Amino acid sequence: MNCIVIDDDASARLIIKQMCKNTSIQILEDFSSAIEAIKYLNANEIDVIFLDIHMPTFSGFDFIKTLKNPPKIILTTSDKNFALQAFEFDCVVDYLVKPIELNRFTKSVEKLSKFTTKAVDVVTNKKQEESKFIYVNVDKRLVKLDIPKILLIEANGDYISIKTDGKSYIVHCTLKKIEEKLPSAIFLKVHRSYIINTLEIIDIEDNSVLIRKYVVPISRSKKAELMERLNLL
Amino acid sequence: METPNLSYISQMSGGDKVFEQELLQILKLEFPKELKELKLNFKAKNFEKVTLDIHKIKHKIGLLGMADSLEFASKVEYDIKKGITEEYDDLLLILDRIAVYLSHKQLTLL
Repeated sequence: MNCIVIDDDASARLIIKQMCKNTSIQILEDFSSAIEAIKYLNANEIDVIFLDIHMPTFSGFDFIKTLKNPPKIILTTSDKNFALQAFEFDCVVDYLVKPIELNRFTKSVEKLSKFTTKAVDVVTNKKQEESKFIYVNVDKRLVKLDIPKILLIEANGDYISIKTDGKSYIVHCTLKKIEEKLPSAIFLKVHRSYIINTLEIIDIEDNSVLIRKYVVPISRSKKAELMERLNLL
Repeated sequence: METPNLSYISQMSGGDKVFEQELLQILKLEFPKELKELKLNFKAKNFEKVTLDIHKIKHKIGLLGMADSLEFASKVEYDIKKGITEEYDDLLLILDRIAVYLSHKQLTLL
């Protein structure tokens, strides 16, 4: 985890840097004022900030309020009385009272790791969820289609016809463009005008394939590739 | 009265002598300046700055293993915020003692 330390006290900064040794935290920079740190944050991606609350002119809380997309923050302070206020900020993971004990610091780093792992999981799940669907423009409406339910796509001039179980969608798009959006493990372009869902094949006869009720032509050049994908006896 | 000591610093260092020397150097350099600033601000009755000065210096009290004195400094800080200055002199005794301790501390003998 990439990290910076903001504290007007040089001894406090040095101690945090020392504590971070032998942890997953890598201190990239340290700053004696929050204002200096803002410039750095605008140009660099940071996972964690160790932030002192009590600083002259610009407090830690003022600093958090200026951040549009704050990273995770561990507050450090010599004052026990800010804890309630500290956790009003979603980005605040922990609150360490100075002088920070090593055991307490270790717990804080563990807590931080859990937070970052959770965040990564949420992003990954969201991406996986998003990749199951495709949005297509039909009559000025964006329609969400479940990719595995697409049976085949037929090109027709500047348009394509996407056929699902019981429905057909006419979309202004090229076959090449939609091919790029579909998982190649499932979908195959079997003809210059057709992409099929190979999991929906019922049978193959000479130069055509049956997908549910649709008979789709297969190019001679594409037949070998299609046959390779099938689980042949 | 508590005595300044290096127990916390040794615990933090895990035997890293470079870190110990560096930290002690910062304390020797910054503490006298901060104490001087505190005294000047108190003399000038600038109590808002006095509380900020105490807040900053009390971290160093903690670094020198003086837990009770750290608590006491917090109390004085809050009292002064409320306009109560009776225990300021007692805090100064502690801070002066730390200043003497640090001035005698040799960097290489840590």
